[in-house]
Amino acid sequence: MLTNFAALEVGQHLYWQIGNIRLHGQVFLTSWILLGALLVFISLGTKKMENDPKGLQNLLEFLWDYIRDLARTQIGEKVYRDWMPFIGTLFLFVFVSNWGGALIPWRLIKLPSGELGAPTADINTTIALALLVSLSYFYAGLSNKGWRYFEYYVHPTPIMLPFKILEDFTKPLSLSFRLFGNILADELVVGVLVFLVPLILPIPVMFLGLFTSAIQALIFATLAAYYIGEAVEEHH
Amino acid sequence: MLAFNFFGATEGGLFDINATLPLMAIQVVALTYILNSLFFKPVGNVVEKREKFVSNNIIEAKNKLSEVKKLEANLLNQLQSARTEAQRIVSEAENESDKLYKEALELANNEANASKEKARLEIESQTSAARDQLSKQADDLSELIVNRLILEK
Repeated sequence: MLTNFAALEVGQHLYWQIGNIRLHGQVFLTSWILLGALLVFISLGTKKMENDPKGLQNLLEFLWDYIRDLARTQIGEKVYRDWMPFIGTLFLFVFVSNWGGALIPWRLIKLPSGELGAPTADINTTIALALLVSLSYFYAGLSNKGWRYFEYYVHPTPIMLPFKILEDFTKPLSLSFRLFGNILADELVVGVLVFLVPLILPIPVMFLGLFTSAIQALIFATLAAYYIGEAVEEHH
Repeated sequence: MLAFNFFGATEGGLFDINATLPLMAIQVVALTYILNSLFFKPVGNVVEKREKFVSNNIIEAKNKLSEVKKLEANLLNQLQSARTEAQRIVSEAENESDKLYKEALELANNEANASKEKARLEIESQTSAARDQLSKQADDLSELIVNRLILEK
């Protein structure tokens, strides 16, 4: 009974078969629950907007201000407005996924296969996010500077060209694996500790996991903003 | 039990990449649009409206303050010039009164001197007249005495 409760299932998924494509059902289930909660929270907070903020609106304005500062410092005064919703969505999505995965006792819900957990502990999610970031910074660079965007590859000297090209591959790779690795590792550590010592001992590690989760969301959003800022930056 | 099933699984595994990836990407893009219209735009409008309101008020207050400072400087200037003007008038009046006083004093002095001189001259003439009369009377008297003595004899 106890062993069953604390069992770890790594790399097992709840498969959904639609036509001949296969999906990881548990990722979508948790993400829908978490995003639904996020959207409900935000709709409640923005239902009655006042010039003199109270309660939830205050919290949401603080969040908005935080995201704006993040986008503005990384992307720059000129175009941060265009990218603020994207950066903010990345931050909120990763943050809500990480914390939701760590705080909600998903283990209580039994699935036929696999288990519910943070959507960001699945490599598909993190690669999807990282590829969106890559597309975004290419789009940002090209739409802001046209073909002059490619000057970035030979700036400050043409020697940089191979490294800059390599960077286009390492950026999404590092983004996705950093997030995936951190969140999965956190879940595994907590899982193993709960399995070995089910009382008290896992609690500090769980707090550490919450801290890591928040930091990873901030890192992901900051790096995404930094890459976009790098792409739209004007060299002189 | 612990079931570590990393790479070797025929189905699943940690690095099992499938259609979840593009669907998740589409979901995140959709979420971006939803959050933009539900969160970023409305909250941004309210916050930026308030920031504009506050900065406008600050600018207005600064303008008013500078106006007040200008008026204050103006007033101080006026006060200063009024003060120097008053000073000038006072010193002018003092000079005037001083002059008048000196003139009056001189006039009075002269007059007094003149009348003193006149009085002295008069006293002198009366004295000499009296002396003349006295010496005449003395002559008369001596003559009378002499005559009487001669007659007695």
